[in-house]
Amino acid sequence: MSEQTIDLKKRRFLTQATSVVGAVGVGFVAWPFLSTWKPSARAKAAGAPVDVDISKLETGQLVRVLWRKKPVWIFKRDAEVLKNLESESLLGALADPEGSGNSKNQQPKYVTSNYRSIEGKEGLAVIVGVCTHLGCSPTYRPEPGAADLGGDSWKGGFYCPCHGSKFDLAGRVYAGVPAPTNLVIPPYSFVSETLVRIGVDPVTS
Amino acid sequence: MNTKQNWIDQRFPLTKTWNEHLAKYYAPRNFNFWYFFGSLAILVLVLQLVTGIFLTMHFKPDTANAFASVEYIMRDVEWGWLMRYLHSTGASAFFVIIYFHMYRGLLYGSYKAPRELIWILGMVLYIALMAEAFMGYVLPWGQMSFWGAQVIISLFGSVPIIGPDLLVWILGDYAVGDPALNRFFSLHVVALPLILVVLVFLHIVALHAVGSNNPDGVEIKKTKDKDGIPKDGIPFHPYYTVKDIMGVFVFLIIFCSVVFYAPALNGYFLEHANFVEANPLKTPDHIAPLWYLTPFYSVLRAIPPMFGSQFPGVLGMFAALLILAALPWLDRSPVKSIRYRSPPFKWALGIFVISFVILGWLGMEPVTPLYVLLARICTFLYFAFFILMPWYTSIGKTKEVPERVTE
Repeated sequence: MSEQTIDLKKRRFLTQATSVVGAVGVGFVAWPFLSTWKPSARAKAAGAPVDVDISKLETGQLVRVLWRKKPVWIFKRDAEVLKNLESESLLGALADPEGSGNSKNQQPKYVTSNYRSIEGKEGLAVIVGVCTHLGCSPTYRPEPGAADLGGDSWKGGFYCPCHGSKFDLAGRVYAGVPAPTNLVIPPYSFVSETLVRIGVDPVTS
Repeated sequence: MNTKQNWIDQRFPLTKTWNEHLAKYYAPRNFNFWYFFGSLAILVLVLQLVTGIFLTMHFKPDTANAFASVEYIMRDVEWGWLMRYLHSTGASAFFVIIYFHMYRGLLYGSYKAPRELIWILGMVLYIALMAEAFMGYVLPWGQMSFWGAQVIISLFGSVPIIGPDLLVWILGDYAVGDPALNRFFSLHVVALPLILVVLVFLHIVALHAVGSNNPDGVEIKKTKDKDGIPKDGIPFHPYYTVKDIMGVFVFLIIFCSVVFYAPALNGYFLEHANFVEANPLKTPDHIAPLWYLTPFYSVLRAIPPMFGSQFPGVLGMFAALLILAALPWLDRSPVKSIRYRSPPFKWALGIFVISFVILGWLGMEPVTPLYVLLARICTFLYFAFFILMPWYTSIGKTKEVPERVTE
């Protein structure tokens, strides 16, 4: 034993080889632990579409339903509101009115650009009520000219109480507020004149 | 007595540990008011652990039952209200103490060499404590619990590329709900308390190896008597144990006044909106985090979105927190204590404290154009304190530091 010299090269090789195998082992062991945090099978299954009866919805009235655990707003807009959505003064104040810039993935392809609703059914708006800034649900402030929201420049819309983001009545974000993009329009379709299905695209003929 | 002590000492370093950390740990003899907060922090940690264990016996981490189980603790469990108010007031008291404790470090340069690691361990503790407090606030499942969690977790969703997937992974679902509440409960009662206790242990081991700083910023180990004992040092026990117990009494008088007479402290310790059960359809009209997180929350709100993303604001908020850890290397001054610092540093510290307090206040207020402007100015001043530090600590005339402590 005393005659033998210590082979440092071999020792270093063995240390390194053991460390590498050990690190790979740690990675394999960590995977199941980290994976337990992913949505469970039950959570994944809970994303079913939601049907909403709009027969009793009055003009200007807004109802909230939960779809995939997120609030979705359904509200009726009259001709005056729709006209306002196209007014030059409003479009000039919005960050991305066309939905072609940062907001290009915030709505399904089949919605119209200014109203952000299904063609022929522009009166009904369906919007995911989650602020694109940090996830609060903005408040419905449809009254134009509200003094606390800028007076005459306010055309009616949504105001986020958390960080002051503003959106119009089509869910389009104003320029110069914390929210970077327009509100999300979910996939939705009409089952009948009075029944809206949230979460399912319209059948294209 | 002695034979029993010997029997233990041959099997466990009891007397050695007692001497090293208490009876023969020599602390500078000139500790003042600011030196109460270290031991008070340990007191509150123990209080939180004990009350937390008893609250856990009655709490149900389930979105269907959580809110009701907290009300059950408040109304039906004998003395349950006391356990809860001690725990909720303890959380805010913990941060009051920690902020004083950190300010003491700024005043007397306690983060400077050779105490950089103590400071860094303290910063990790501070961040772990924030995580612990945040998750604890989610558990009662009130409106502020829910929407606070929504906002804070959404911060992670703004990370470029991986953000949305990261968000889903943290939540274990596509929105804040039962999986999030359940895992926050686990982290709040098991993982983070363990981490906090270990970090406190390391913080104290590092402190006792280097030795305590003092209001003069003089290294007492430089001047020792013939027995190798610092001439300006006194044994921690009994001198400072007794002094700290006096501090504990004063603290408990104030603490109990809050617990018994104003446990919600007008919405500062328990926010009014949290007495309403979580409702995923409706954000309260005004939401704000608890007071101890608001300065950083203000920084987040002050930074506008850039390149179609709110990530810069998130980055700014975390930078405001992490930059504190760089303090030992930003400070170029040859002296430690404020008593001998140059005038530019005193001005900078004053401006920093004012802007930090204003940011804290703004974080509780709604957003108005004037407040956003004010928050931006204060955010600028906050960062200027750190970024300009290498410059303003190397100019101006410092006073001469005495050889020995002065009081």
